[in-house]
Amino acid sequence: MIGPWVLWGGPSFRHGVHPEASKEATNRLPIERMPFVERYVVPMSQHTGAPAVPVVRRGERVHRGQIVGRPHGYLSVAVHAPVTGVVEAVEPRPHPTGTRQLAVVIRADPFDPQRAAHIRPADPRWLPREEILRRIQLGGLVGLGGAAFPTHVKLDVPEGKRVRFVVLNGCECEPYLTCDHRLMVERRDAVVRGLRILMQVTGCERGYIGIEADKPDAIEALQAEARDDPRVEVVSLRVKYPQGAERMLIETIFHREVPSGKLPLDLEILVQNVATAAALADLFDRGQPLIERVVTAAGDGLRRAANLLVPIGTPLADVVEHCGGLREEARQVILGGPMMGQAQKTLEAPIVKGTSGVLAFSRPLGFVEEDPCIRCGRCLEACPMILNPSRLAALARQQDVEALERLHALDCFECGSCAYVCPSHIPLVQLIRVGKALVRQARRTRQVA
Amino acid sequence: MSEAPRLELRAAPFLHRGLSTRRLMYEVLASLVPVVGAAVYFFGVAALLVVLASSAGAVLTEWFFGASRRGLGTLRDGSALLTGVLLALTLPPALPLWMAFLGGVVAIGLGKTIWGGLGQNLFNPALVGRAFLQAAFPEALTTWTPPGRDLWSVPASTFAWPFMRADVDVTTSATPLGLAKFAGQPTELEALWFGNTAGSLGETSAVVLVVCGLVLALRRVFDWRLCVSTILGVALLSGVLHAVLPEQCPPPAFTVLSGGLLFGAVYMVTDPVTTPLTPLGAWIFGSGVAVLVVLIRVWGGLPEGVMYAILLMNAATPLINRYSQPRPYGG
Repeated sequence: MIGPWVLWGGPSFRHGVHPEASKEATNRLPIERMPFVERYVVPMSQHTGAPAVPVVRRGERVHRGQIVGRPHGYLSVAVHAPVTGVVEAVEPRPHPTGTRQLAVVIRADPFDPQRAAHIRPADPRWLPREEILRRIQLGGLVGLGGAAFPTHVKLDVPEGKRVRFVVLNGCECEPYLTCDHRLMVERRDAVVRGLRILMQVTGCERGYIGIEADKPDAIEALQAEARDDPRVEVVSLRVKYPQGAERMLIETIFHREVPSGKLPLDLEILVQNVATAAALADLFDRGQPLIERVVTAAGDGLRRAANLLVPIGTPLADVVEHCGGLREEARQVILGGPMMGQAQKTLEAPIVKGTSGVLAFSRPLGFVEEDPCIRCGRCLEACPMILNPSRLAALARQQDVEALERLHALDCFECGSCAYVCPSHIPLVQLIRVGKALVRQARRTRQVA
Repeated sequence: MSEAPRLELRAAPFLHRGLSTRRLMYEVLASLVPVVGAAVYFFGVAALLVVLASSAGAVLTEWFFGASRRGLGTLRDGSALLTGVLLALTLPPALPLWMAFLGGVVAIGLGKTIWGGLGQNLFNPALVGRAFLQAAFPEALTTWTPPGRDLWSVPASTFAWPFMRADVDVTTSATPLGLAKFAGQPTELEALWFGNTAGSLGETSAVVLVVCGLVLALRRVFDWRLCVSTILGVALLSGVLHAVLPEQCPPPAFTVLSGGLLFGAVYMVTDPVTTPLTPLGAWIFGSGVAVLVVLIRVWGGLPEGVMYAILLMNAATPLINRYSQPRPYGG
């Protein structure tokens, strides 16, 4: 039970909403390793940027941890085999985004002990910067909070810029999700070790770990772990959505705003998810690339809720099966959280690097007919970016690109707070998404002209 | 592997706070029950008849224009009924019912439908209806009956035939504002607080309005800033004016508790459609209403100015919205 002392405990950003957290089902369940299944589907596109290029062929034997897709250019990372087995196909397969994307399909070898093919562990202190970044890129590391941005690009601080503060994001403000929470409790050493690696690579002075106040055990665990490091501070934050958004986290901890169109780096700040930090520690200390991640399976449509350590590429159907299957009344399956996740039409898509949750619900919101906007202003008071969502949505309908751009449509990161509060059930996020696409298109045209 | 169930595809967010426009309208309607109750208590069953007539005019007009949609159409959201009830509560108790009905028709027809329906109108529909009645029937709209009538006795004017002159069978009296302005007579604050004065149906009892306003604000049905800025603005401005010109301007407690100010601040100024979206805009709007109310009451020819003050500020709302946009994060 979250009392008001937790809701108001600690600093926060402006605006935002308070959806029911619904984390009780899984926040005390230890992470369990999901057993290996028969077949894995590893999409080449699991990150922001160019998809990886397959380097294996049908019929080829691959080892767990071996690279099956090499990065294509700078804004791209490697993709690895999550299991030892034989490549069954290299072809487009269903992807969490609802499209079909090129994937390497691997049939697991049931007789193999499935030990990961490790690269040699290395202490980043003795490696040159280029080598560290190369290892991170080839280790397949991306932000595990959901956006899946390549980690090596974020760490590649351009000439003339520097990082003074590294912030680990342990907010986990999306309802239902507890994967980061459990990771912070159970793998506190890896999280803090990852933070130290990040600080060392960027040469920064101070590290922060921001955690919402409804996870006292995680706060305690990381405080204990970082006790004798005066450079690291664990910050307890007020429970509010979207506290885990990069810009909101920065506003809360530093009382500063990232200027529109700029990056946290312009404030000399680097934000990484706690799970990314742990993956970084695994990469350098154990030589394990990103081949598995923690996923929360929850919701009233699943027979059993769990926090699972899942090999990346595990088909959704197998994860659901492992949780006892869907209940008969399940009507909706979401990858990610309920505020920003993606609904699935089928269970064919695999778990990818950015998948934080598998949620199944028996009573989805459904289609609610849209009422006219009554200009109540609730969306304005919800928007953490202090935008005017109702106006942006109306402008998107009118395709008024100029006004959309002037009113900062591109600053919207689609957290869904506006649509969550709208009494008229206007699909604000979808409309603004259309508006953003229009602005981007206009910018491209202008560049060409 | 289990057979894949029929899964619903939809875009995020998959959660909703559960508010709907319909629920907001019905919450306001529910809060009006004690206000109507007070009106019946002070002015007898004729008050209820005025409420019914005005609502019938509003609802039938909405139904007439919304009939293209299946079933109840736009009636379901409750906004037409709300407009009808709000209009009635700004009318005098002995008003002929046909006028109340006509007011409801004009409120929805001219106040809302011709603008494009819910959410599109510039002016508060209920006040458009009242402004029409005030212009068309100035005499009837300023005929006030004293409170404390027998519950079941209805003035003859209530059932007057359309466009026929009915004799007002009751003693008429002036409102506290009229008494103060034209006769220099003060009214007991206690009477203003409880509502034991002449006036429009819903405006007389300050205590009922304060309680209803608090409930609506705490339940977040409306933006409290609009309501508070209006009342606070009137109190401050009339306080200053009273200190400078005690002859012309009554004390702030009287100004706030008399006339339609509290009713307007709780139920008219807080109409989301016709007032600014932004928090800063809300403060500007309320302050503007306050200035106009005090100006009209102190220096205008009319004893009361809440209706015109709100309608004038309604007209300024698009402009206020435009210039009160908050600075975006990092912008």
